[in-house]
Amino acid sequence: MSRMRESISEVYQYRDLLFMLAWRDIKARYKQSVMGFFWAILMPLLIVGAGLLVRFAFSMNSGHSMNFADVASIALKSLPWAFFVSAIKFGTNSMVANPNLVTKIYFPREVFPLAAVLASLFDATIASTVVILLLVLAKVGVSIYLLWLPVLLLLTVLLTAALAMFLSCANLFFRDVKYLVDVFLTFGILFTPVFYEARMVGKWAPLLLINPIGALLEAMNDVVVHHQAPSYSWLAYAACWAVLGLLTSWWIFDRAEASFAENI
Amino acid sequence: MTEIALEFDSVWKKFKKGEVFDSLRDLIPALAKSLFSRNNKGELQKREFWALQDISFQVPRGEAFGIIGANGAGKSTILKLLSKILRPNRGRIATHGRLSALIEVGAGFHPDLTGRENVFLNGTILGMKRQEISRKFDEIVEFAGIGDFIDTPVKRYSSGMYARLGFAVAAHVDPEILLVDEVLSVGDMQFQEKCLERMLRVVREGTTVIFVSHNLQAVQMLCTRTLFLRTGRIARLGPTLEALNEYLCTPSASSAAKFPTTIDEILLCNEEGQPKANFTPGEKAQLRLTIHPSKPLEECLLGFIIYRATDGLAVCDYNIALSESGPHTPDPSGAVSLAVNLSMNLLRGTYVVSLHVYHSPTARFLCRADRVASFFVEETISWQGVSHLDPAVRKVEPALWTARK
Repeated sequence: MSRMRESISEVYQYRDLLFMLAWRDIKARYKQSVMGFFWAILMPLLIVGAGLLVRFAFSMNSGHSMNFADVASIALKSLPWAFFVSAIKFGTNSMVANPNLVTKIYFPREVFPLAAVLASLFDATIASTVVILLLVLAKVGVSIYLLWLPVLLLLTVLLTAALAMFLSCANLFFRDVKYLVDVFLTFGILFTPVFYEARMVGKWAPLLLINPIGALLEAMNDVVVHHQAPSYSWLAYAACWAVLGLLTSWWIFDRAEASFAENI
Repeated sequence: MTEIALEFDSVWKKFKKGEVFDSLRDLIPALAKSLFSRNNKGELQKREFWALQDISFQVPRGEAFGIIGANGAGKSTILKLLSKILRPNRGRIATHGRLSALIEVGAGFHPDLTGRENVFLNGTILGMKRQEISRKFDEIVEFAGIGDFIDTPVKRYSSGMYARLGFAVAAHVDPEILLVDEVLSVGDMQFQEKCLERMLRVVREGTTVIFVSHNLQAVQMLCTRTLFLRTGRIARLGPTLEALNEYLCTPSASSAAKFPTTIDEILLCNEEGQPKANFTPGEKAQLRLTIHPSKPLEECLLGFIIYRATDGLAVCDYNIALSESGPHTPDPSGAVSLAVNLSMNLLRGTYVVSLHVYHSPTARFLCRADRVASFFVEETISWQGVSHLDPAVRKVEPALWTARK
């Protein structure tokens, strides 16, 4: 345990580098591109568009007409999902994309996946302005339950960081991971309540919430759109995933770190 | 007792040849093992080899310590172990103080970012704080000689500019321990000079420097002690001159061919016969050797070549007829001892001596002995060059010149 604490405090010492690498990723991503930061907005917008189409098809078949709340919840959930997807993708490749740094210069390697998560978080922040605008247009309104939102966002970031750390480490040893991740992320949106709500599948809802990201998205939907408290049991479940997941993947990462340079 | 800046205590490091894993069947148990145990202590597994074996040394604070050796001897592995990029399989490594590595300049550069952005990025990667970089920014750009190109993406830089900027950033880190791996070879002559000057300044200011280089001249200038590695083992650890001497006199593998004549008891000394490896320009020296001839020595020539070690320049190549080398009483075994008197009219540098015996009637080499001795010339009178012409300047009366006309 003391080794973990050491490792975490070392990353803290290198926080300048963490921000610098995140900044590099952001800068480099939009260099020589005409659209620049608009790309950060485009991705969630596309997801929202696809979601609206799916929901429209649902409502045509079920007879319930689509309302503003549906639009709002799709817009709301698309954003963390887009963040999750891009952070995991960049995170998984973060070390393999920098072989020079891994084999030539010493600093705590945890910085790589964490910086990728930070860079994606930055994109998400830009895109959130558009989502907030959409929510206002949909007249979602505010309630005391909004106070839950920062906690939920934090848990999402922790969970994403946990996965990104584990996957970047795994991808360094086995490049299969990158392809697996691509496939899972592409189809993940169908198994996660982004376009729909978990309660729509009735008694099978828990199956969708087993995925901790699903549980977090539903909780966000509850507090922002439905103005109600999230399901505490599922929230606790997701929180366990986030915290224990981060500790576990940090532990694995720390253990494997010694052999990164030889195996990349 | 001086303070120890860094220490290797019987360090072993092994690497694996070929692909890391063969199949899924090997991999899963290996992975589980590596996660749950601090393995790799023990013996060599299949296809593994020792890159470093039982390396121990200590470097006191403020010393400049050189590491030399052929390619693949393990020099860079030592630096990577020191900078914690690799971890040893056995043994202990301790470092005390902020450490920075000049291992590959520009390793942290991102091609799409501008020079300015990369200075900040690379500086942070090398362990500087943002304010520190801002403070030194102008100095760094000045040192690199990049000028107006600082706001151009580095992918548009020439490779020289790229390397110069990389070195400039790295050279401004100001660590307590500096690891340098063959980076002085970047840039043009002028820039290399500047780098060397910078290194000398760093050493003078009391930084501990570990210097890995094939530029023996630079090693000799910078380092007080040097470690000579041969295939992962310590071949010599001691004062730089001794280690360099040992390194230079390591015969190349190809010279193992058998010759009928042998030369041994080769000794470079002063006129009194005391072994000597360090000369000043013009100093008298003597090379002593014993030939076990396979042909009458009177028909032979003694070939005598001196190279400058750093660039291979042959500074002399004599073939001396042995027919007139004076009378002597032959040894019962037929061995003949010779003494070659020399004036070391050379300038600063590291030199190696190669010998051969040439039989004129058959036009054959009876013996070749490469790199049998090495020596250094130390002086402070010249910038560059090899030969010492002993210049003397004096004033003369103008009348003398006009009279000639």
